[in-house]
Amino acid sequence: MHNMSIAELGLGLRSKTFSSRELTEHFLRRIATLNPRYNAVITVTEESALASAERSDEQLRNGAGGDLCGIPVLHKDIFCTRNVRTSCGSKMLDNFIPPYDATVVENFADAGAVMLGKTNMDEFAMGSSNETSFYGPVKNPWDITRVPGGSSGGSAAAVAARLGAAATATDTGGSIRQPAALCGVSGLKPTYGRVSRWGMIAFASSLDQAGPIAKSAEDCAILLQCMASYDPRDSTSVERAVPDYRATLNDSVAGVKIGIPKEYFSDGLDPSVEAAVMDSLAALRELGAELVDISLPNSHLSVPAYYVIAPAEASANLSRFDGVRYGHRCDNPVDLEDMYRRSRAEGFGEEVQRRILIGSYCLSAGYYDAYYRKAQQVRQLIRQDFVNAFEQVDIIMGPTCPSPAFKFGAKGDDPVAMYLEDIYTIATNLAGLPGMSVPCGLVDGNPAGIQLIGNYFDEASLLNVAHRLQQATDWHKLQPGGLD
Amino acid sequence: MSLDKDQIHKLATLSRIAIDEATLESVGERLSAVLDLVDQLQAADTTGVEPMAHPLQTTQKLRDDVVSEPNHQEAFQTLSDSIHDGLYLVPKVIE
Repeated sequence: MHNMSIAELGLGLRSKTFSSRELTEHFLRRIATLNPRYNAVITVTEESALASAERSDEQLRNGAGGDLCGIPVLHKDIFCTRNVRTSCGSKMLDNFIPPYDATVVENFADAGAVMLGKTNMDEFAMGSSNETSFYGPVKNPWDITRVPGGSSGGSAAAVAARLGAAATATDTGGSIRQPAALCGVSGLKPTYGRVSRWGMIAFASSLDQAGPIAKSAEDCAILLQCMASYDPRDSTSVERAVPDYRATLNDSVAGVKIGIPKEYFSDGLDPSVEAAVMDSLAALRELGAELVDISLPNSHLSVPAYYVIAPAEASANLSRFDGVRYGHRCDNPVDLEDMYRRSRAEGFGEEVQRRILIGSYCLSAGYYDAYYRKAQQVRQLIRQDFVNAFEQVDIIMGPTCPSPAFKFGAKGDDPVAMYLEDIYTIATNLAGLPGMSVPCGLVDGNPAGIQLIGNYFDEASLLNVAHRLQQATDWHKLQPGGLD
Repeated sequence: MSLDKDQIHKLATLSRIAIDEATLESVGERLSAVLDLVDQLQAADTTGVEPMAHPLQTTQKLRDDVVSEPNHQEAFQTLSDSIHDGLYLVPKVIE
């Protein structure tokens, strides 16, 4: 059952081949046996999962329920879940039990989906390897000596190991697409504003966006349909009709213009990853798509701009964690200042502290214009590159990451080496565009991903092209060894 | 770009993060490496470019001035161990 698509699972549920309770028990058993190897799931909500499976079975018996009714999913531990610990991968929130659900969580619950538990992640979504989690790193199911990517490494590894039918994730600089690529699964970061951020713990508010990680583009379409909604509680949520993403999945890609940015095929790209990406592009050309060489001339500035903007926003967002109302509080503070400083030093890990310090630096008196304002101007240049490109092409494609998954500790002491992992994904967040990663082959047994970037609110085109590619190729069906 | 100890102390104060003196040097080195990366921005010609703060060019929607959220004080305060009569307790601020 765990290898079936969401559509197939839906058919199985509706035809009474199996019940949601049986399906839920099946995934809970897989989590119990396999998760100790991967550390992808950090909270299992067995009791409430079984109760909600039974409610969904009741709905299904009455002929009610949509595509996700009775489907077991996992939520990244960045989404607030009522009465279920939401740690954001941090010691700071190890004791945090939210009194409310995030809108994304609510949308899934309303659709009758079953929450199996919460997935591990880099602390406060800051990382590209899952090594910064307070709960220990997630292991890549393809090779447990390698990282799963990050920050949504738990969600990507859980889907790769089939611990749930799908998982939610978030992406601030590549945190859905990069782990999806490294774990050989499909992941979609929607346009900024498409999915509500309410109840999603903030990292960088002008960049954060939630999306699905799943086994295929078709599954991602079904999941996005549920996740995307206008939410008056999030002032940056966009009031715009959500198209029927499944309706256009099978559209022909003949004549679709795919832009290939030369900057995404530069020196740092592993030649084997490049070859895998080119194979998928050739498959799309076979289907009638037209490949067009384009340029995104300011691409090289995206990582530097991001490491001003994201830390600046993070330093403001994370100021709320002060040990007063919730979260970690240090023992025996001598005064209020001591309580703030020690609670934060003890509660936040090294990478989170580094980004807060960088953010404070960039926003401090005398440096604001040189760093923050400058980065915002460069952000405008990067956005303009995409605006210009989308005058010539329908979508843009290239590699998701420069190389396949690296070994644990490989980028240990060098934050900048880790930051460059997101060199092809960050520009999309800065511009606010939708991006997707789907598997495109194996490099020495480890998955590589191809990235699709679309115009604003054109997730349907990404899903369409990715789905047609997956109809023509089998890369998304490959699974890690040692799993049934 | 390399940060001296005074600058790191200042950042630690602005960030309200206690930094152990023993790690000051390594913290400084890594921060400096990130600032070196970020300094690549200075080479970009941004003359006349409007700063972009946000991907969406929309205005904030207004809503009717009515109560839309009930008071969750009790639920929220279950998250803290230091509550007295509905107030959060912190170390003494005024003598």
